[in-house]
Amino acid sequence: MARILDLSLKHQLFVRTYKFRKLSPSPWTAFSGALSGSRVALVTTAAFYLEGQVPFDDAMKGGDTSYRALRIREADGVLAAALESVQIGHRSSAFDAAGIEADYNLALPVERFLELEREGVIGRLHDEALSFMGSITAPGRLVKKTAPEAAARLKAAQVDVAFLTPV
Amino acid sequence: MCHQSVGLIQAAIESVGIATTSVSVCEEITLQVGPPRCLYTTFPFGYPLGRPRDPVIQRRVILEALELLGDRGPPPVARHACVR
Repeated sequence: MARILDLSLKHQLFVRTYKFRKLSPSPWTAFSGALSGSRVALVTTAAFYLEGQVPFDDAMKGGDTSYRALRIREADGVLAAALESVQIGHRSSAFDAAGIEADYNLALPVERFLELEREGVIGRLHDEALSFMGSITAPGRLVKKTAPEAAARLKAAQVDVAFLTPV
Repeated sequence: MCHQSVGLIQAAIESVGIATTSVSVCEEITLQVGPPRCLYTTFPFGYPLGRPRDPVIQRRVILEALELLGDRGPPPVARHACVR
């Protein structure tokens, strides 16, 4: 388990004094279906984007709250070719990016979920993953605009379950 | 800040009627946000599902996180991963 003490002194000082947004109460949707019949979407804050997409703005004050929709699979269950050249636009120096640079599945586990789909553990991996840059210190716009937009996008696509990963 | 962002996005998704589950490498931070469902893993910052090119570990973390969907709540539902 990573600890705040594992961060650089600069990041420790920031985290120790930052006022996090507590979800109180935390929204809740009970899951009553079967995973084997569910459409699952991946959401990450690893700031992945594809060639041809606008990179995240690493200079934006408070953090870039936008997201990128990544086409991660072809209709026949094959990995999207574009993933071979996935880009990482994360601005944070609080984590070691070597892992996700070596294997995007570490934060965007497309290959693992396609395996689970083939095995019948999940119904289907949603064609599109959503990628944010998690380094957001002023999350007002995220809460009011971009996260609800992303949620509505998943709802319109009849997604049943979302699986989220930070870095 | 990634862990706060995940929790806030997760909350927005739950709010439209989609069940979510997530992974955290830092319980100290995630506790301050309180996402609806979360699996605490033992890995460093930047390595939420374990190790690169280690599909066995990645899969085990994913399956443990998906198991949280079976919990009836109330939120926040959190568990420490068995896989290390």
